[in-house]
Amino acid sequence: MTRSGTPLRLTEREQQMLDGRDGEAVALCMRLVTAVARASGASRLLKVASAHVDGCLYHGRAGLDFAERLVATGGRVSVRTTLNVGSLDLLHPGLVRDKEIAASGRRLMEAYVELGCEPTWSCAPYQSGHRPAPGSHVAWAESNAIAFVNSVLGARTDRYGDFLDIAAAVTGRAPDAGLHRDEARRAVLVLDLSGVSRALFEEDVAWPLVGAVLGARAGTRVAALTGLPGDLADGGRTEDRLKALGATAASSGGVALFHVVGVTPEAPTLESIAAPGAPTVSVGTAELRAARDELSTAVGDRLDAVSLGTPHFSVSEFAALAGLLRGGGPFSDTVDVWVSTSRRVLDEAGALGYVDPLLAAGGRVLTDTCTYVTPVLRPGTGTVMTNSGKWAWYAPGNLGVDTVLGSLAECVGSARAGKVVRDERLWG
Amino acid sequence: MSASGAELTGKSLHPGTARGPLLVLTEPVSFWGGVNADGVIVDRHHPQRGTSVVGRVVVMRDGRGSSSASAVLAEQIRSGHAPAALLLGERDAVLLLGALVGAELYDVRMPVVWLDGPALDRLRPDDDVEVRAGDPPGTATVRCCVAAR
Repeated sequence: MTRSGTPLRLTEREQQMLDGRDGEAVALCMRLVTAVARASGASRLLKVASAHVDGCLYHGRAGLDFAERLVATGGRVSVRTTLNVGSLDLLHPGLVRDKEIAASGRRLMEAYVELGCEPTWSCAPYQSGHRPAPGSHVAWAESNAIAFVNSVLGARTDRYGDFLDIAAAVTGRAPDAGLHRDEARRAVLVLDLSGVSRALFEEDVAWPLVGAVLGARAGTRVAALTGLPGDLADGGRTEDRLKALGATAASSGGVALFHVVGVTPEAPTLESIAAPGAPTVSVGTAELRAARDELSTAVGDRLDAVSLGTPHFSVSEFAALAGLLRGGGPFSDTVDVWVSTSRRVLDEAGALGYVDPLLAAGGRVLTDTCTYVTPVLRPGTGTVMTNSGKWAWYAPGNLGVDTVLGSLAECVGSARAGKVVRDERLWG
Repeated sequence: MSASGAELTGKSLHPGTARGPLLVLTEPVSFWGGVNADGVIVDRHHPQRGTSVVGRVVVMRDGRGSSSASAVLAEQIRSGHAPAALLLGERDAVLLLGALVGAELYDVRMPVVWLDGPALDRLRPDDDVEVRAGDPPGTATVRCCVAAR
């Protein structure tokens, strides 16, 4: 909805920030916040309770120049701010194969810590202790985290990206626009999945596929999903499924908010969340299977690596993996198995005994970063299997590898067999 | 059938002037993961894979994908591998931020314009256009077919 004609009005305090009373870093950040506010038709700024910053991943010198400009001009965050993945595993920096990325990526990560951000280095901060309250306004970046915090936690963020995330964290302000506002949070499209076999939804592979279809169908629109099982109080299972769904939908489309009727906090009923006249589309098993085929570019059963943990593995996902590994044999020595996670989750999962089975089987853990943004995979890696729709979406373009999307169990079975093994019975 | 001499009006999201051939994206693309540092579309799912955005007036109806697109665009501006201008069907803050930082750090003013659907429909692939965007929230004009091709 446009509210053109209502010009942006700043409070006296906000005008002072813009005028440079708090220094050049605050003024620069306020210029960015107000420019975006004007572009989006906001009539005021909102105070935000927290921020999650994605600018710490190295994409080239511009991002580093910007962060170092803020540091040099006295920038400091004014609200709790966590950091997304960086370009290297600071605990094991030798894993990164590109020296320029290693050096510049480290400088960038250090600059954001100097600005007062917490060194969480995770794309799933919501499973590493940063969980905004329902209804609170926050400024979050990283498309999967945006989708999660809006949809699963019911906090409110618009789509913040590099630069605006730290600008909001420094100023403590964000435009009153987009998904901060009630009217933008209603579903304008309904996807009905009641025709899909219930048994399929018991498989973790179904959830990124629902996300892929959601992204393709909804684009950037808000949709409500009906006919999906789930209970957010079930100890992490539903949460992990919706994390996978949202991450894929944010990749294949631009989904920043979705509602699962009867499951997510803003959608107790369809009537409570659907906009008047929202059309309903039925999604069947064939459409999910087509999404699986699109996310699997590899031909044949060759397998070089398995990548898990995009977004970062949770404690409950480590528990599920440990359960699958218990009593089985080691991974084939021709297949590298990587799990990406945060340091905090690694500590918690390790203390619970969920990490040792992975290491014993020959798998490796990557913290602070992710296998698809960082040159970690061995040169010559051709085909990679993953349980992540997001990884499967981006890796062919980012890394030049072929992908196979499978369930966690299929990934483990394939890593042991040394070749791709999938259970086709699920798909009739 | 060309819209020769036609002048379209939109809203300026970021000021600047530019001239170049149109690149009408048939599907949205994420600048992060979908366009490489040299400005070439690398998204395997995209029908225009292999096409360069460098120096083009890029037309994009919807945003897509990662919030890191701002940094990729800012870096393309720094290194000279950016589009000449962006004509958007949505008020995409992610791309706007890339343009804002390009101007703050490197003094390159890449116009970003928000056009409505009917105006976007009048743009013809490969036409040379001239884009003039004033200070937001002012207007922007897109003049079609400024040069014979």
